[in-house]
Order: sequence, then structure tokens, then C-alpha cells
Amino acid sequence: MKKIVLSLFIITLVSCKSDNKQVEKKIELEVKSYTYKTLEPILNRQDNKTYIINFWATWCKPCVEELPVFEKIGELYKNKNVEVILVSLDFPNQLETRLIPFIKKHKLRSKVILMTDTDQNTWIPKISEKWSGAIPATLIYNKNSREFYEQSFTIDLLQKELNKFIKTN
Amino acid sequence: MKTFKTLFILTIFTIVSAFTLKTSSEGYKIGDTATDFKLKNIDGKMVSMADYKHAKGFIVIFTCNHCPYSIAYEDRIIELDKNYKEKGYSVIAINPNNPEISKGDDFISMQKRAKEKGFTFPYLFDDGQNIYPQYGASRTPHVFLLNKEGKDLKVAYIGAIDNNYSDAEAVTEKYVEDAINALIDGEKPNPNFTKAIGCSIKK
Repeated sequence: MKKIVLSLFIITLVSCKSDNKQVEKKIELEVKSYTYKTLEPILNRQDNKTYIINFWATWCKPCVEELPVFEKIGELYKNKNVEVILVSLDFPNQLETRLIPFIKKHKLRSKVILMTDTDQNTWIPKISEKWSGAIPATLIYNKNSREFYEQSFTIDLLQKELNKFIKTN
Repeated sequence: MKTFKTLFILTIFTIVSAFTLKTSSEGYKIGDTATDFKLKNIDGKMVSMADYKHAKGFIVIFTCNHCPYSIAYEDRIIELDKNYKEKGYSVIAINPNNPEISKGDDFISMQKRAKEKGFTFPYLFDDGQNIYPQYGASRTPHVFLLNKEGKDLKVAYIGAIDNNYSDAEAVTEKYVEDAINALIDGEKPNPNFTKAIGCSIKK
């Protein structure tokens, strides 16, 4: 597994009452690359959480449009055993030139990982037989139940689907 | 009474059309007969598969301007057309997107892109978006390989062009080429159906 770590140094100016003090703060942004073999365990966890796995890419307009929905749900359900994972299908050679700048620009709080496995005909059906390969697409699962959606979501729609899972858990 | 009768007929009609629509939205399966179309090409002329009198089949590819996966495959689509046109299998590219929603997929942009890349094949606009649902295309690029059997065009392969979108050099399985070669040899393509990531078609 290729691991790429990008370190970001931001110099933050903190204003105090009487004087200006310069503080150096380090923010680490890490986007790991996955093949199906390494992604599979993330799609099959048997813990008490419900996982929302969204397949997207920075170049996919409807995906980008629905990202705030996943961000919002991730925030709202943070303490309710729900975790959002954004699986990017951006081109592997655009990780640093496109994906990471996008995450920073949009201040994404959900976990983002990069799927780089090119043998799509093998892994797409393993994620869901229902999936044609078009994105956006989303998998929701917990240890008791799983469902795949090749569609876009609104907050209401995602919340409605998510509640079905929370009930079963 | 008359109102009741009209209502009854209308209800039946709605039920029947609901089922009919459901069937057509699922699109083609291997072995189905593909419909011909009459769509506007980038040169302004209308193109149908019936225009190709000596065709043995067609490589129908739903693709577009804006999608990075489509762009990644442009050169490979040109190669396919060059290699198989003379063997009777020409590429026909169709842009299925609604340009009002999908920026960069309008007719003028199609003309521009085809010129820039030197497309050797028709690049048609699915005006009104009537053709792609019949085929069952869901993403770009999405290939439907058709083989002429008697008067019919039968769907012989559906799916991806090959097994590596990001690097043409690293491809190990050329699905479409293998499928056409099988047809030329009088065999059935194997695999005849593959999946790949693509941009959803913009309605």
C-alpha cells in the first residue's frame, strides 16, 4: 500500500489583547491509497458502527454537489456510531495536484481515501452486483445490514436511509 | 358512466406503460437486437447504422467531452476505429448527456473536441436523450458492440474498453478488441460483459 503523507505548515497569527504572538501550527493531511484487497476490510467491519461509504471524484460534478450532504450527516451523527468515508476515484497521479488541494479548499472533515485499483471489472461487482460503475454511488452498511445506492442523495433522503440502519443495529 | 370508462382505460394504460417503461430502462442484454437511430453528427449530417451498407457490426460508444474517463480513452477509441473500420466494425460515438446540465457537452464543444483530437468516426448527439436509455447506457464511456446477424444487429458485448483506464501501457485485457476478434473468428466474445467506473449520464 502506497502511503503518501502531506504535511502542511500554517502560520497562524493569534491576536492577544496587548501583543501579537506568532504561533506555528502543524496540520497533517493524509490520504492513503487502496487496492480492493486493502479496501475490503473497511467495507466489512463487524463493529457497532454504521458506515456510509461514498464513491466520488473531484471531477464528478454531481458527486461534488452532494459532498455537503455527507459532511453534514457525518457531523450530525458523529456521536451516534456513524462514520462517513469518502472513497475517491480520482486518477492516482492527481492525488497531490488535485485531490489534496480539493480537500483543503473545501475543508472536508470526513475521512478521504483514494482507490487506485485499476482492475475495476473485478472489484466493482464485489462491492455490489447492483453497481454499473457510474458515480456517485454509496454503500451503507453495519454488521446486520447493507445496501447499495447508485444515485445522488439529499440530506432528507440520506437521513431516511441511514435511520433504517441505525434501527437494525 | 362515460367518465368512468375513460378513467378505466386511462388506468389500464398507465399500468401497462409503467411496466413497458421499466423494461426499456433496463436496457439491452447480450443477444438482444439493437435499435438503429438517426442522430446528428458533428458535421451537421444525420447518421444511422443503416447508412453503412457493408458493415459487419458497430462499436457504439456512449462517451462525452467533459468526463475524465472519456478523455482518458479518446486516443484508444481512435485506435479502435482505425484498426477495425476496414474489418467491418466502425466506431460510432454518441454523447448522451444533457448539455444544459453537463457543462462542455454541448454540440459546439463536441465539434471542437472532435476537431482537436482528429476523430475518425461520427460523434453524434443524442438529442432528446432517447437512444441511451434504450441501450441501457449508464455511464461514459460505455461500449455496446453490435454484430450483424442477417438483417439484425445483435448486442455481442457490453462494458469497458479495457482493464486499465489510467494507463494504456499497463492494459492486460483489451475487452473490446478481444470481443471483435472473437466475432471475426466466428466465436462468441468472452467475457461479453464488463464493468468500469465512469461518469453518470447527466439527465
